[in-house]
This record gives sequence, C-alpha cells and structure tokens, in this order.
Amino acid sequence: MYDMKALYEAESVPHAIQLLQEHPEAQIIAGGSDVLVQMREGKRAGVELVSIYGLDELRGVKLEEDGTIRIGSLTSFSHITKDPVIQEYINVLGEAVDKVGGPQIRNIGTIGGNTCNGVTSADSASTLFAWDAVVELTGPDGIRKVPIREFYIKAGKVDLRPAEIQTAILIPKAAYEGYHGHYIKYAMRNAMDIATLGCSVNVKLSEDKSVIEDVRIAYGVAGPIPMRALHAEEAGKGLLVSEASIETIGDTVLEDVTPRDSWRASKAFREHIAKVLCKRALKESIRLAGGVVHE
Amino acid sequence: MEEREHAVGKNVKRVDAFEKVTGRAKYTDDLCDKSAYVAKILHSTVAHGIVKSVDTAEAEKIPGVVKVVTCFDVPKYYFPTAGHPWSTEPAHQDVSDRLLLQEHVRFYGDDVAAVVAENEVAAAQAVRAIKVEYEELPFVLDVQKAMEDGAPQIHEEFPNNILKHTSIRNGNYEEARKEPGLIKVEGWYDTPTVQHCHIENFICYSYMEQGRMVVVSSTQIPHICRRVVGQALGIPWGKVRVIKPYIGGGFGNKQDILYEPLCAYLSTVVGGRLVKLDVSREETFVSNRVRHAIRTHIISYVRPDGSFAARKIECFSDQGAYASHGHSIAAKGMGAFPQLYPCPNVEGDAYTVFTNKSVAGAMRGYGIPQAMFAVESHTDDVAKAVGMSPFEFRWKYLMPKGFTDGFSKNVNYFDTFHQCMEKGKAYIDYDRKMKEYADQTGEIRKGIGVAAFWYNTGVWPISLETSACRMVLNQDGSIQVQVGETEIGQGADTAFAQMAAETVGIPVDMVHVVTNQDTDVTPFGTGAYASRQTYMAGFSINQTAALLKNRILEAAQELTRHTKESLDVVNGNIIRRGDGEVLMSLADLALEKLYSLTNNGHLTAESSYQAKTNAYSFGCTFAEVEVDIPACRATLTNIVNVHDAGQLINPSLALAQVHGGMSMGIGYGLSERLIFDERTGKPLNNNLLDYKLSTFMDHPHLEGQFVENYEPTSAYGTKALGEPPVCSVAPAIRNAVLMATGVAVDEIPLTPHILFKRFKEEGLV
Amino acid sequence: MSEKHYKLVRCTINGEEREVMVDVRASLTDMLRNDYRLTSVKKGCEVGECGACNVIIDGECFNSCIYLAVWADGKNIRTLESLMGPDGELSDIQQAFIDETAVQCGFCTPGVIMSAVEILESKKEYTRDELRKLLSGHLCRCTGYENILNAVEKTMYRRLGKEFPEYLK
Repeated sequence: MYDMKALYEAESVPHAIQLLQEHPEAQIIAGGSDVLVQMREGKRAGVELVSIYGLDELRGVKLEEDGTIRIGSLTSFSHITKDPVIQEYINVLGEAVDKVGGPQIRNIGTIGGNTCNGVTSADSASTLFAWDAVVELTGPDGIRKVPIREFYIKAGKVDLRPAEIQTAILIPKAAYEGYHGHYIKYAMRNAMDIATLGCSVNVKLSEDKSVIEDVRIAYGVAGPIPMRALHAEEAGKGLLVSEASIETIGDTVLEDVTPRDSWRASKAFREHIAKVLCKRALKESIRLAGGVVHE
Repeated sequence: MEEREHAVGKNVKRVDAFEKVTGRAKYTDDLCDKSAYVAKILHSTVAHGIVKSVDTAEAEKIPGVVKVVTCFDVPKYYFPTAGHPWSTEPAHQDVSDRLLLQEHVRFYGDDVAAVVAENEVAAAQAVRAIKVEYEELPFVLDVQKAMEDGAPQIHEEFPNNILKHTSIRNGNYEEARKEPGLIKVEGWYDTPTVQHCHIENFICYSYMEQGRMVVVSSTQIPHICRRVVGQALGIPWGKVRVIKPYIGGGFGNKQDILYEPLCAYLSTVVGGRLVKLDVSREETFVSNRVRHAIRTHIISYVRPDGSFAARKIECFSDQGAYASHGHSIAAKGMGAFPQLYPCPNVEGDAYTVFTNKSVAGAMRGYGIPQAMFAVESHTDDVAKAVGMSPFEFRWKYLMPKGFTDGFSKNVNYFDTFHQCMEKGKAYIDYDRKMKEYADQTGEIRKGIGVAAFWYNTGVWPISLETSACRMVLNQDGSIQVQVGETEIGQGADTAFAQMAAETVGIPVDMVHVVTNQDTDVTPFGTGAYASRQTYMAGFSINQTAALLKNRILEAAQELTRHTKESLDVVNGNIIRRGDGEVLMSLADLALEKLYSLTNNGHLTAESSYQAKTNAYSFGCTFAEVEVDIPACRATLTNIVNVHDAGQLINPSLALAQVHGGMSMGIGYGLSERLIFDERTGKPLNNNLLDYKLSTFMDHPHLEGQFVENYEPTSAYGTKALGEPPVCSVAPAIRNAVLMATGVAVDEIPLTPHILFKRFKEEGLV
Repeated sequence: MSEKHYKLVRCTINGEEREVMVDVRASLTDMLRNDYRLTSVKKGCEVGECGACNVIIDGECFNSCIYLAVWADGKNIRTLESLMGPDGELSDIQQAFIDETAVQCGFCTPGVIMSAVEILESKKEYTRDELRKLLSGHLCRCTGYENILNAVEKTMYRRLGKEFPEYLK
C-alpha cells in the first residue's frame, strides 16, 4: 500500500494537463518504476499523483512523413526494442533500452519516465543525446519541442513546465540518416543493474568508408546529467578510420567527462572506463557502418 | 520373494515440490490473518549514540496508530540471539547483550522505537513522525582500529572492543622458523561484509492464546526461538509457542533470533492482539545479520620443497555491534587452518571485535569461506614462491588420508582430496589450459585456479548435538515423521523421508514428514544450522525407525504367530526372512492393531539421540576466468565443485545444494559487498539493486560432481553438504585471476573497482 | 489520506471476470494477495528488484509490487494459480520444475514460472544465453539458476517438438 494523498487518472492528454492544473503539487506517474519506489522510500510519501499510465495514445513508434522517428513517451522499453522502425533505423536505441533492469522492468518502464526523471544513469538518455533527439512537450499553451541536451537542466531536474507532460521523443531524419551507432553499458552485473557508466557512440563514414565524417559520443554517469563529449567529437571529425584515430578520440574524452567520486565508483575509475568504452563503442560503430579499422 | 527397494541414494522428488510449484505452500505472511496490526521499527540514524529523548506525540496523532513504544518503555531483560543450543553452564552461554529496543544505539540501523498500527501506511507515517534526540558518540568501523587503545568503547564489559580472543599454539613456531633455508611468505587477506539475501525477508507475527505467547516465524530454529522469546520477555519458556511454516530461505540469518521477541512484546502491549512484523528488504540488509568480514594475516615459513616448517595466522573478525554468534565464527575459521595443510608448528590468534556496524551472525559456511579465501589464496602465493604449480602443491600437502584431529576426533578416512582434485582437474582440463594460458600478453587473458576446503558437519564437541524424532503409524501403514531439524528450502524433509523409509522398510511416499513445526508438538531439536541436518537427524531417525519397526514386528508376531526375529518389514509388507514370503501388508497390520478389541495399540515411537561424533566434509573448486584488463573485469567462464559429502541421500537434491552454494560463492568472490559510509556508518547499498547478488546472467554453467565415500560415523553414511559448496569458490576465482594476470588480489569481491586499483598498482592499466 | 479513495477495479483474473473496490493506494500485489488471496504472488523487495511478485498482464510480465492495482482495470491477469488444470493436473512447466529439482525454498518459484510461461507462449526457440536474459528479472538465492534454466529449456524443446541438445540429456 503506497502512502499517497490522492490519485487522479488521466483519460487523455488534455485531461492530464487539466488535472495537473487543478493539482499543481501533483507528481506525474507514468510506469511508476521510479515514482512508486521513491514513494515507498518516504521521499515522495504523501503526494498527489496524476497517472498518465492509461494514455494509450502516447504508446508506440511511428515513422513520420518527413522521416522523423516519433516515439510515444509511454512506449515501454521492451516495445521500443521490438519495434521494426527502431530496429531498421536506430537499432542501438533498442539495444540500449534492452539493458535497463530486467524484462519486467522493461515492460513497465517508459522512455518518457526514463528521461523526465533527469537521471544521468538512464540507459536511454545517452543514446538519445547521441542521436540529437528532440523532446516533445505538451502543456496548457500547446506543444513545444526542446533538443534533449537542453531538456536536462541539472541532476533530477528537466525542463518540464507546470502542467506540461512529455508526449514524444523525436529523432529527426538528419540525425540518423547515414549514421551507425553502438551503446555500451558498463555495470557491475549483466542484468538488474544501473550503469556505472554508459557510452553511446555513432558515426557517419565517408562513402569509401575510410574517413570519419562525423562522430557523436554521449555518456551517462560521466557527469551530473547525460552529456556529449564535444571535444572528442571535434577531434574525431575528418580523421581516417584507424586504430590511432580511435585512440586519439578516446583519449580526448577526458576533456569532456566530469565524473564524481561516489561510493558507486571513483572519479579515476570512471575516467578510465570512459576512455575504454568510447574506444570500444567507436570501433563497433565503425564496424557497423561498414568501416574496417586497421592497426 | 520381495526385493528390498532402497530409498536412500535415490533421486526422490522433493516432498514439498508440488506445493511450491502451485503456489499452495503457505509461508508466514500467507498465513497471517488480515486483521493483524502492523508493527514497524524506527531504526537509529547514528552509528553510535545515546538516545536522549523520543518524541512520539506527532506519531500518536496519526489516524490508525495504535501504540508507540520506545527504548525507554521495554523491559530490561538482556538476552542472547545466537541460534546455538543453550548451555546450563554460564561460562558457555552466548553473550546476552540485546534488549528489545536500545537506549544505547551501537550501529546505524539499531532499534530505537516501534509502532503498532492498523495498517502499514499509518505505521510507516508514524515511524517517520517520531523525533529522536541522540547524544552522538564517536564510532569505529574498522576492525583493527576498534582494537586500538582509545577507540570508541562499544560495550562497557569488553575492553578494546574485543569480544573474545582465542589462540592456537602447536609445536614451537618461533623456534621452527629459525630453520635455515626457509622461504617466508606473508599476506593479508580481506573478506567483505555480505548478506544472506534469502528471497523471503524475515517476518513473524505474534498473539496471545490461553495466556501464552504464540509466535509464527520465518525461523530456522523454532525451539531456540521459544527459549529466547522467554528470556527476552522474562516469562517461563513453556509460555511460548513457536510455529514455523514454509520458509523462503535462511542461510543462517534466520539461525538467529531477529525480531520474534519484539513482536511478541508488541502483542503484549496491545492486549495480546495479533501483531505482524514484516521486515523490509532494506532492513534485512542492515538490521538482521550479515556475514563477518574477516581480515586474516598469514605467515608461512616454507622449505624449498614446499613443506611447511612453521606457520602463523591472525584473524580479525568484524562482529558489528552485538555479540550474536560471536567468536564461534572466527574460531571455526582459524580452527580449519592447522588441519588443511598439517604443519607441526602453528601459532594462531583469532580476535572477534565489536564495531559500529550491522551485526554479524551465522551465514552459510560459518567462518570457513573467509578462512578459505585467506588460506587458499595464501597457498597459491606459497606455491608460486617455491615454484610449484598450485595443483601440484595441493596434491602434495593437503590433509592426507588417515589424518586425525585430536580435538574433534575427526578422521580423514579416505584419500578424498586426491579423488576430488582428480575429478575437478579432468573436468576443467587443467593441464592443457595451464600450458595454453601461460605467458599471455593481450588485453584479454585467461586463467585457471583451484582451491580446496574441509568442513565440519556438526558442532560437536564445541556444543551440544542432539536430535529427536517421533514416528506415528497410520491405519494405512504410512507414517508421520517429526524431527526438530527444519526444512528451510534445502530439501531436508525429503532426505528425512528417505532415511525413515529406508529403515522402517516402507516406500518413500508412505512417509509424511510434518514440515510445519510447532514447539508444542515438534520433538525437541535445535534446528537448521551447521551442515548437520541430515547427519544429526539421521541418527534419531535411524534409532526411532528401528524402535517403530520393533513395535511393528511385535504386533506382527501377535498377528502372524511367527517370532518377530524371523520377520522383517520390506516395501511396506511384513515378510518372513527365511523365504521372503509376504505374510501381510503393513496396512493390514496397522488397521488390525489400531482397531483390535483384544490387542489394541497405537504404534508410535519417539527417541532422541545425542551425537558425540563429527565428520569431515571435503571438496574443491576449479575456476576459469577471462580477464578484460582495460575494462578491469574478471568474468567467470567455467567452474566445477567436487565434493565428498559421503553417501548422498538424494543425489539430485545434493547437486541442487551445490549449485546454490557455488552461486553464493561466486557472488562472494566477484560482486557482493555491503558498503558502509566511512563518515557516518550508514549502509549505502542495502537493497537488491545496489547490492550485487548474481543474476541469471552472471554465471557460467555450474558443474557439481561428487566422490561418495561412505562416512563411517554416520547413520546413513552421509555428512555435510549444505554449507561446503560456498567455501572454496572465491579463492579459486582469485587464484585464476592471479594465473591470468600475475596480479594477486587479496581482497574480495574482485569487483572492477578493486581490479582497477590493483591493475594500476601493477602497471597493467 | 484524510478521506479514503476507492475505485472499482474490474478485470479478468486467472480466466474469471472479477471486480472489487480497491483502495487507490494499493499495489497490484496488495490486491491479488489481500482481496483475492492469490498468495503465490510473493513480496521479496517491493521495489521491482527481485521478481517474486511477477504476474502476467495482457501477455507480458510485470512486477505487481510496482504496479498500481487501479491500473489493472480492464486487464487480463494471470498468476501461478492459473496453471493447474481443472482436475488438479500440473502444467508441463510446473512438472519440469519438480523433475529438474528447480525448486528449493520455493519463494522465487511462482514469479519465475510466470516468466517461463511468457517465454514458452512466444513459441520461439531461444538459446540458453537468451533464456538467461529473459529470466534475468528474477533473483534466486537457492538454486544458482542452473536447474531453473534446465526446466525452462527442456520444456521449451518439448513444446517445440525438438530434441534436447547434448548438454541437457
């Protein structure tokens, strides 16, 4: 039995917005795998909840006419992984969310919840950063779209305005066309774990597969919120596909990552692993893009 | 002619399997009436301090709150909690240092107050609303720092926080180490605080009936629980009745009295009403029991041929805040040392030391996993120092056949270690891989490691070993069997049924073991602990079955007019020994006897047996790892445990036990550790997400094999198996990592964090 | 909560249409255990980390401890109690758990079997490593997972009408 003050169940997106306007203190609950756990801990005990779990219109993945991939915010991780559109265009996202917790968690956890809780370790987030995802928010004043890098404000805080709900995650065609990516979750176990560090990389190679035309490197847990390794990306653009280039790019991430010392892992350890993961994910991305890495 | 069907040694299906695969098995919470009040405990948020005041006013105003009690309200009967047999000699009794709630709190998570409410939400709200004022005291978390002069004093009666110190002085260490030409090998080995993590958390409920306390508890030790509830409440022990339903695992945590006394007390303060105390997972980690973290220092003086001239061991065992099982664990661990590799000159000192951390108690292996990590890691260090292979060294120097321990009178009757090691070596393909994995240089390196152990089956002669059994014959020739040893998931009831069937002479499905125990009716027994269940219950089952059989044959003599000496019970029939002729079924006999108007009688038997023997159990682990050096990760890729547990009563259940123990050993070696904040003493990862218990995806295939040497002291040739599988896994993994990388890691678990630190020190990353 | 909030939850539980007024604060575990006495649904952590409370909702597995009871309205829920046939006959997966000694303390068993049911109903063939992943939402401290995998894998092959691989024979 959860210690909640009241539960309001939304029947549509406008209804959800209306409920949130009527109950400004209320917490949104999507799948609940974070909110309910926090309530039980006592952190959010006694709150009012607006449940959007029933809003089936926010479920599913669609390829829009302009090529944008639209992922409804309540789409569960397991449905993202199984979705043919995801598998065809950005399979790495399906792979990344397939590393969340275990099967039951992947059935209840939603991509909207995973991003709205503002947590740096979210397995979806680094990949969404790497693919320049756009967050669609619907509120009393209509719809607004925010690049995911601007959506995250600080640890646990995202750009969600009063009475607003996240309704979709969008991946524009320009962001994925020609790119291939790989995500590595570094954790202490192979299941039921949160990332000690997560690294998602994607690359676009030249037509002859010899040059890295573009590279995008994103991390979870390398700082208080998910981040892009912009120095390393800059250092990588235009380099030849080679072991040396991978080393260069991987070593440069230290200019970008800002992990903390915590009981979960030391700063030195996370920095070391950040390099290792970048190099490995980059190498695999190049392979997926059809490149061959020469020693 | 009736061929005798044997029950022992057969893969009989678990007697409780049907209930468990259908969800019908009722565990404690499933039995508790919905009307129960719910109790919740307020735990200390300081590692060490004195409770100055507890303000319950806000808590009491919360609707649904029935009662709030604090550390100032509870009776001052100090009680011990260890699941040990009681001793009538005060010097041998466990330390009584617990009260139901504590004014002097000694760890973060100690028990300060409790709420009884109509529902769990009100109880949780009330616990949050209680305001406690502490006078904070300095605290100490490190076992050796706790021994220093001037360290915070945790219990007044124990200077330097030393609960107990015991020594071994065999031969003359100081003289022997002067022998010329000796090589000195020295190491410090650290094992972590880990928790049992049975999937059913501890839970109990209590109410009063006919002026007595009834406690239904998820416990391994109902009869001990009865005694301790009596001690804690200051009431005669006969005024307490403890009921044990199905148990969702225990592994030693429930071999301690946890919150049964508090729950019973809370029932008394609400007029004997039904009160349920359901402990959360977070509390289970912190406020139940944990495994002792032990730091071990070993010095060996070795001759160039590898033989030991002199050895020294020091063990520093982290007891946490209260005595619980206390020094028994460290003493047992140290006691294994002089016997595994016999050496004439051994000096040993074990210290059990209080710290301001979660209380350490019994856990599967009881000191031996800690000791084996130290001893068997050190063995590889010694082998390396004298240039022998780890296998060769062990082959030559492990406890030989015929070795006898003067204290326990245990004898190594067979050439068991060699038999076990041969099997393990063959399975893992040791020789080939040792060659293949020599001199690797790449990022990914493979290694292979071995470790051995010995384990004592029961607790004799340290402590009482007794078992009692009752058998009752039914009208259809089937029997009920009751023993004081408890089924907690390990499969004990099935083994009991097989042993009873074997001796009475009836099919296993005609034996009904009463699984739910009730101290009002269950024969006295001390419960599930050590690896004693099958060995100890075997004696009383064997003896009682013989008594029952004798009564059956007496009745058969009346009914068949043959002398009972000429008769036998085989496969549920009365047969004539001479020609094997079936004279009547046991069912006919039972029915006739029970309803006879002339010679009526109800055939039952009951007896107890005090065991004054113990038995060595042996085995080894071979582990293979793949070490990803840049990623600082060791992955276990192959593992085999080989055990000599004597005759296996039920080979498939035995193998299942081995799997579970290996799994726990893998977690111990690679991932599990309860972490405490250095600055506050607060546990940081007391949940199943942050505490890294192995998942389905963290194991390779678990191979278990056996050598079955019939144990001569045992009623059915069997001996310890419950705990042994966990004992040698972690050092085998550590030794495999050593072989792969050349890096000796003397601290478990071998997490990436620790490997990173060590690889950095050794220049690998 | 100053005033109590209840909601009528209508759903199909183990093949039967049921309805009950539920406290909106209740988890699905609470509802199944307390209102329907389906005590195979176990509480091991109450935060979705152990899988002991796993049930199948509309064909997918969920940890009922972190699923609000009111969300069950209109859903089809299955617990371990649904597997036994009308005459008390066990399903193949239950029998396999017995035969493979995949049960010890039995506390994780109901949840694991329900995940196995979802896996088997997909009618797909999985490798042992894939099965490990599909079952990885369950923690078990007794079995080391070994015999559970054997039970699930053998049942999978039986249902697919295929021979066991060598290591399962």
